[in-house]
Amino acid sequence: MSSVKNLKYLTGPLNANNPVIVQILGICSALAVTVKLKPAIVMGLSVMVVTAFANLVMSLLRKGIPSRIRIIVQLVVIAALVILVDQFLKAYVYDVSKQLSVYVGLIITNCIIMGRVEAFALGNKPWASFLDGIGNGLGYASILVTVAFFRELFGSGQLLGFQIIPESWYAADGGFYYNNGLMLFPPMALILVGCIIWIHRSYNKDLQEK
Amino acid sequence: MESLNIFIRSIFIDNMVFAFFFGMCSYIAVSKSVKTALGLGLAVTFVMTMTVPLNYLLNEYLLSKGALAWTKIDALKDVDLSFLSFIVFIAVIASFTQLVEMAVEKFSPTLYNQLGIFLPLIAVNCAIMGGSLFMQQKVEAEQITSLWQSIVYGFGSGLGWWLAIVMMAAIREKTTYSHIPEALKGPGIAFIITGLMGIAFMIFSGIKL
Repeated sequence: MSSVKNLKYLTGPLNANNPVIVQILGICSALAVTVKLKPAIVMGLSVMVVTAFANLVMSLLRKGIPSRIRIIVQLVVIAALVILVDQFLKAYVYDVSKQLSVYVGLIITNCIIMGRVEAFALGNKPWASFLDGIGNGLGYASILVTVAFFRELFGSGQLLGFQIIPESWYAADGGFYYNNGLMLFPPMALILVGCIIWIHRSYNKDLQEK
Repeated sequence: MESLNIFIRSIFIDNMVFAFFFGMCSYIAVSKSVKTALGLGLAVTFVMTMTVPLNYLLNEYLLSKGALAWTKIDALKDVDLSFLSFIVFIAVIASFTQLVEMAVEKFSPTLYNQLGIFLPLIAVNCAIMGGSLFMQQKVEAEQITSLWQSIVYGFGSGLGWWLAIVMMAAIREKTTYSHIPEALKGPGIAFIITGLMGIAFMIFSGIKL
């Protein structure tokens, strides 16, 4: 096993093969959790853990599963992992787990996980699959964090709950500044992702649609 | 009246796509032509109308706290199995999709060929799983109190998703001929259009029901 190849599994999904903005997967649960940075980070980490271990388990099982029933087996493996993550979040970061509400459960139907298991883990060795899962989870998390950064900064003037825009700037204290309330609404997340895709494809011309 | 409110609310105010982004993967991928969008929307609506009530029954009589009281066994009276709900819900949805697929293949091969790969993919459509999870939340909040209301909720959410994907497909068919910056073509502009449609849909949140 060459370590160069392994490194590619990790870094590929971060840029040229990003699961969210290039393959357009896993948007379902991605956008609603990006109002604040903290839930976005927790969500990104949870998806990374589930993707990595789902890839690992399915790669270990890949020779023993008849292909007709593989979807149901995959769903059961993923659901079991998500239940573990959900219980873990409830135990250690209860407030974030409350904010994420149904979106933790929706990790099960996150297309990235199914997509990676189908496209990668069923045809590759366990260690490579595990790395691929980590890489794709990181790619997903990077987009989540970027969107959440802009939404929290401009929407409420904070980052991770700390005030970034000085209080004295606000109109309420005699300043000139207002928070952009539109950033807090769900449609703004979509428009931000659209803009990220725009910038990304301007630099990666081979991804543009003709 | 209560059911009518749930119905209207689930289509317009709590629209699966515009308010919660559920089912975005297939929404972006399949909204290139109105015809396939109609077919997929029909299938999603049907599966949702069936699986939400099924999961409602499972939630009421198996999963939620004290749900096993009907067995009249003392030891089971206080059992809370709700941590199992993810796995139970997804199993119901996946097996139901499999059944629908087999039924459609047997009784209407034309429709089966039209839908192609999208039929099995309904199992991982977030909108359907999301519908069941929201149903569970609404039961806890006592907004859904009967089997009939859960049917109405499932049907309404499915219709809302259907409406969204057909609208999107119609717009995207038009934008094929528009002058869009090269880098924005395809998914980029689709996201921005969805965002703008979502802002438009926010006017419905002013409706008091």
